[in-house]
Amino acid sequence: MSTATTAPASDTEPKTAAPGGSDATTGKTNPLQALLRHRGLGKILLLALAAAVLVPIVHAQWAGGMWPQALSVDLSEPLGKTSDWIIDNRDSHPLFLYFFGHISNAVVLSVRAVYMLLLALGWTGVTALVTLVAWRVAGWRIAATALLSLLVSGLLGMWVPTMQTLALMIVTVLASVAVGALLGLAAGLSDRTFRMLRPVLDTMQVLPAFAYLLPVVLVFGIGVPAALLATVIYAAPPMARLTALGLRSADTGVLEAVTSLGATGRQRLLTARLPLARKELLLGLNQTIMMALSMVVIASMIGAAGLGDRVYQALASVDVGAALAAAVPIVLLAIVMDRTTAAAGERLGAGSAPGPKWLRGPLAWAGVAVVTAAVAVVGRLSGSMVWPTDWVVAIADPVNDFKDWMVGHLYSGVPVIGGTADWAAAFTTWVLDPLRDGLTALPWWGALLIVAALAWLIGTWRTALTAVLALAAIGVLGVWKPSMNTLSQVLAALVVTLALGFAIGILAAGSKRFEVILRPVLDVMQTMPQFVYLIPVVALFAVGRAPAAAAAIIYALPAVIRIITQGLRQVDPAAMEAAHSLGATRWQTLRQVQLPLARPALLLAVNQGVVLVLAVVIIGGLVGGGALGYDVVTGLATGDLALGLVAGVAIVCLGLMLDRVTQPTERRAAKGA
Amino acid sequence: MARTTHPSRAARTTRTRKATVVGAALAAGALTLSLSGCGAADMTKQASPYAAVGGAKSVTLQLGTWVGTQANVGVAKYILENELGYRVDTVQVDEQPAWDALSQGRVDAILEDWGHPEEVQRYVKEKKTITPGGDLGVIGHIGWFVPKYWADKHPDVTDWKNLNKYADELRTAESGKKGQLLDGSPSYVTNDKALVKNLGLNFDVVFAGSEAAQITQIKQFAKQKKPFLTYWYEPQWLFNEVPMVEVKLPKYTEECAAKGVEDPQSIDCAYPSTPLQKYLNTDFVKSGSDAAEFLKKFKWSKEDQNEVSEMIASDGLSADEAAKRWADKHPDAWKAWLPKKK
Repeated sequence: MSTATTAPASDTEPKTAAPGGSDATTGKTNPLQALLRHRGLGKILLLALAAAVLVPIVHAQWAGGMWPQALSVDLSEPLGKTSDWIIDNRDSHPLFLYFFGHISNAVVLSVRAVYMLLLALGWTGVTALVTLVAWRVAGWRIAATALLSLLVSGLLGMWVPTMQTLALMIVTVLASVAVGALLGLAAGLSDRTFRMLRPVLDTMQVLPAFAYLLPVVLVFGIGVPAALLATVIYAAPPMARLTALGLRSADTGVLEAVTSLGATGRQRLLTARLPLARKELLLGLNQTIMMALSMVVIASMIGAAGLGDRVYQALASVDVGAALAAAVPIVLLAIVMDRTTAAAGERLGAGSAPGPKWLRGPLAWAGVAVVTAAVAVVGRLSGSMVWPTDWVVAIADPVNDFKDWMVGHLYSGVPVIGGTADWAAAFTTWVLDPLRDGLTALPWWGALLIVAALAWLIGTWRTALTAVLALAAIGVLGVWKPSMNTLSQVLAALVVTLALGFAIGILAAGSKRFEVILRPVLDVMQTMPQFVYLIPVVALFAVGRAPAAAAAIIYALPAVIRIITQGLRQVDPAAMEAAHSLGATRWQTLRQVQLPLARPALLLAVNQGVVLVLAVVIIGGLVGGGALGYDVVTGLATGDLALGLVAGVAIVCLGLMLDRVTQPTERRAAKGA
Repeated sequence: MARTTHPSRAARTTRTRKATVVGAALAAGALTLSLSGCGAADMTKQASPYAAVGGAKSVTLQLGTWVGTQANVGVAKYILENELGYRVDTVQVDEQPAWDALSQGRVDAILEDWGHPEEVQRYVKEKKTITPGGDLGVIGHIGWFVPKYWADKHPDVTDWKNLNKYADELRTAESGKKGQLLDGSPSYVTNDKALVKNLGLNFDVVFAGSEAAQITQIKQFAKQKKPFLTYWYEPQWLFNEVPMVEVKLPKYTEECAAKGVEDPQSIDCAYPSTPLQKYLNTDFVKSGSDAAEFLKKFKWSKEDQNEVSEMIASDGLSADEAAKRWADKHPDAWKAWLPKKK
């Protein structure tokens, strides 16, 4: 679960991540820490000894600080040949004619079918259907949100792109759920599959989507099939993980009982294990939807059309207002789908449906169908199948004016605090530059040693080995220097994210009202496609690594704040009470009771921060971040498989390394179970 | 969570799992086949699922990430839709992948190509899946530019030999101790790193990573009347907002270009001027449709293109609206592109 949630999933985020995190018994932390410290000393000594022996040998062999040329492999030729082969054989080889071609056809046909259905329902029918389904599944509040969201999408002049995106999302989510559930079923029923699958799922999620856009495009060509498949690769893992988790944690007592009643394996699966895992399955669905939606804009880079394409095109003409008009429906779709599936999940436990009696049971579904059909027919009779064009509110101009005003006033020369450009320059000169120069100057074996020491102190020798191997792989791939540059950006952005995240998280944990105000802000931050704020960010912070860091911070902050808030809230009230009664001040309680007790959540926050910041590294390449992100973008833009894929793999390795260095032992132990 | 299954049960579950997996795989396979029919599936014959709803005649045009292509496509789309009765879809794709998409028939035409000799060799000469569509009528030129307000004060800055004198003035946080040469999108043709090295310039190439970021940065510099040096190209609407002057680089020669083909690191001369080209999908041309004939005839000037581009990028009009305004103003221009009545 460590690298699971890059999803913009509001409150469900900590929940997915929790299975490992909250299992750790917080009470044991202190003696364990003492033990760790003691053992840690031994580990460090051992490592120092190894270093003392190995470093002189290594140094004599390959002098110089950079990764030695002799130890690296150049993949550009084989990868270049592969991509040439695909292009030359795509129109004739049986593999394409009889396999990929059919997949591609099936995708086009299914998306088209759903799209035609949505168009046939008309805007009245779709609005009625979505609202009624939301009402049936999640209650009237969410139904109202859904109704409002669809109307807003129409008012913004985005009805047709919204339907295109919706059609694509419906098919994508179904495909992701099918793939994920299948993998999860296999992993949930067999320990060996589970072990084999875990690293695969990890990779699928850490590998930046950009890196596999290119291979997918090579095989399928630009267009909807490629976009759909790239999204499935990204969105299926949470479904797989949660399905496996649900099946594996099914109550043994119930299973024993079912077996003793003489049920076969299949019966036990269908009647006991799957129903028991319903909650996890629904959470998996929720996560999958959110991740699929977060790919909408990225997938448009390879021709997905719809809302993402509008955002992407607006970026090309530097039009924030137009980008926002297309991004708002994406955010609204995400919020509606998230709330609906989350509410459905919560209600599974509660057992009773909200709303009047006639809204329950299969009859209600028939009712939904009838009302939808009726409304659709009314819509058709009134003559407007697509949203009426004169009901459109243009927001682009006011938004652009506001952006210009903001940039004009904040950019530079604000009294006392300076302008955003001044901050960015200072951040670049005083934080990013020294960090980058330090990491690049660090001899490669030194870097390996530091990583080994950190990973070993916090975990086991296995953890350390994985971390070291991941870092070494970067050297072998021949991208040591850009990787160190990227690492410096990730670390700098992470520090700021954590500082802000802790401050805001602590405030939110202390005040319910503040948390309520914060929630919609965080929702929007998590679901807003990054492409929308790239332009304002560049305008405020000037081209370079600073705006890249800013974009990463905006993206990673909400998850960190949420995990910290929830972690602090979950601290045993009795412990806090005890501290109060002993006369501790609020600050003392926070520092000496609340924070130590919430340690697992805080560590999880650090870990998620790493993963999310890393996920934006590539986007950073679009605003001058350079290094690996730029290489991946270049690979995609120039069709250079070797450049893009190698940089993408290097990002995965960085992710793996950072994950191992920030993952404490107890989480790992729980996770392995 | 670690509940190991009883051995005998484990065996049974494995069997169940296999059955389930095989069953699901079969079902998926059957679905795929039933949806697309048995036999070979031609990957070159797949349009967008959103295209041609209701059986309309349709054309798909490639849209680049720069505004010039939006202007081309906008006007072509406007006339195809309003005069010839087509439905036009646009797909935004970067330059190189666009060739691939054109070859596969995912798009029917690229209206503005800046020169891709490798792709021409592969798709036009060898595979013959792409057919040249003639000149767009616009000459493209890449170069280094400085803002006019700065060049007016320091006229000697427009020669590369004097650039080092100004390196300090062009420093930014990102370029550190050197001067900053701002570059743009990774998909654009650039030799700037080699040029800086081979001409011995005390500059650092900073890649903005996208044209949007580069334009935003240039506008920001211009607002503050700060000096800057940037990779840029003509035709471009931004010149109307931020007047810029080209910096003279060592003269472009055939020998220098030939040397650059051998080893891109060795280039030490300016960029050539390229007559921008149109390319069409071969099957699309063979269909002999009005649309193909129209797109072949489509040819306009740099001024025309800039007029439309600026309406889009600066006045915030949609490409459709900008194209309509241009078409209303210049009916003679586009009437010449219409196919002859048969």
